[in-house]
Amino acid sequence: MRPEHPPEFPLAVHDLTVAYHRKPVLWDVELNIPEGTLAGIVGPNGAGKSTLLKACLELIPKTSGEALIYGKTYEQQRDLIAYVPQRESVDWDFPVSALDVVAMGTYRKLGWFKHITGAQKKQAFEALEKIGIGHLARRQISQLSGGQQQRVFLARALVQDAQIYFMDEPFAAVDAATEQAIIGLLKELNTQGKTVLCVHHDLATVSRYFDYLVLLNMRVVASGPTSETFTRENLQKTYGGKLNLLDDVAQALKNVGRS
Amino acid sequence: MNWTANDFHIILVGGLCAMACALPGTFLLLRRMSMMGDAISHAVLPGLAIAFLISGSRGNIWMFLGAAIAGILTALFTQWITRFGKVERGAAMGIVFTTLFAIGLVLMRKAADHVDLDAGCVLYGALEYTPLDMVTLFENETSFFAVPRAALIIGATLLFNALVITLFYKEFKLASFDPGLAETQGFRPQLMHHLLMTMVAVTTVAAFEAVGSIIVIAMLIVPPATAFLLTKNLPVLIIVSLIVAVLSAALGQVASHFPPLLGLPDTTSSGMMATAAGFLFLLAWLFGPEGLLKRQSREIEAPEFD
Repeated sequence: MRPEHPPEFPLAVHDLTVAYHRKPVLWDVELNIPEGTLAGIVGPNGAGKSTLLKACLELIPKTSGEALIYGKTYEQQRDLIAYVPQRESVDWDFPVSALDVVAMGTYRKLGWFKHITGAQKKQAFEALEKIGIGHLARRQISQLSGGQQQRVFLARALVQDAQIYFMDEPFAAVDAATEQAIIGLLKELNTQGKTVLCVHHDLATVSRYFDYLVLLNMRVVASGPTSETFTRENLQKTYGGKLNLLDDVAQALKNVGRS
Repeated sequence: MNWTANDFHIILVGGLCAMACALPGTFLLLRRMSMMGDAISHAVLPGLAIAFLISGSRGNIWMFLGAAIAGILTALFTQWITRFGKVERGAAMGIVFTTLFAIGLVLMRKAADHVDLDAGCVLYGALEYTPLDMVTLFENETSFFAVPRAALIIGATLLFNALVITLFYKEFKLASFDPGLAETQGFRPQLMHHLLMTMVAVTTVAAFEAVGSIIVIAMLIVPPATAFLLTKNLPVLIIVSLIVAVLSAALGQVASHFPPLLGLPDTTSSGMMATAAGFLFLLAWLFGPEGLLKRQSREIEAPEFD
């Protein structure tokens, strides 16, 4: 056990480097995410945000380093984790209904070979109701709007009943109603003491949504409570001299403390 | 038209084979890798030849083993070339299966000096001759019941495929739809992928002698693709693709009687079965719920408000 990464942290990342074709995408990432936080991972395009999630979940190989879940390896802690991948990562023409997709979240507890029964369907339906689209349960997933598809993914994470939620851009290109539904869900998970780790790229909403922030651009530029970390200086370090973004930054900083 | 018991037996073998192919074919289609069926059905050839050269027999166990290994190797090689060669998957598949197929042909030339194992038979099969090799299942003083030997082999393969898909239905569905979630839930999508490839390889080999690889390729792709145009419900889709498979075999055999009647040259049953499958796809494409005719109609559906 490393002293700088005690086991009370839901996610501790040590010396993590990930490279594609010998080009580093993440470089020497050190990170402790405290329990019960709503943590945002923010950074420019290509900063390695999704890669960080995937490396922690062992979906892609690490070049070096490790990611610990409450002090243990991911393999030992699978049951504690739910993952919401980017919406575009799956084929929405797949011949299944919204309910079928949500029920997939129960497969782990069900185990190999067993087929889903009424109990799992009921659980899946309740999750869809909770996120406001119970009436779409029977609909084929290609008939859903982008926001509804995102909600299906979140409902699927809900039925996994995890301790830590890894979400990859859940707010990307969703309608206002879905955004509200997702925020409501995040707050609820937060009050239940769960930890949520969320890749995000809208600076304007960072301080309203997240109480913990990781600024990432290949390396961790800064991490800590949003109130301390979300500063002009840190953002400039993260985004560099990308001028088109500086207006966003100014706007975002104006919003600090307004929520 | 002279319709005989032989026609029934040919439809039996063709139909069983088509269904055996349609099952793994459905999941290939859903993973958007239908051409993998084409690749594997060619790439098993060196597996067969090497298995034969090592064992010196055309025993089924050896052939299946060789084919299964060749099938998995095709999938692995394709993956490696995609990853390390920075080549698009379709191109990688093309590189692997043409190379393996060529090696297979060379090896078969070598093997052919010793035994009857020829490339023409592998491609086109000998569906018309299956009724010549019958196995009696049941016999007493008054009656007996016999089926072609090929029907037993392919029937067993169909049973195997049906069993595997029933057993791993949930896992196949998850691994095909969202391999990321499957991996995080510990369901080993890579393993499921290899199991699917093994099913395709074994099915191909079982079908080789009787029906040839042309019909295997057709039946891996066309019935599931046809069903996909007709329904968006997975269990229904599987059943519809089985029905399309059987219909293709029956229609194909019936149709194979017509060209000689019109004074045209004789044709093969398996070729006509593949053609019939294509014809059914055309029908579904034209008249299906999302078919061409529906899309052409100017009628606007009333919107749903909720």
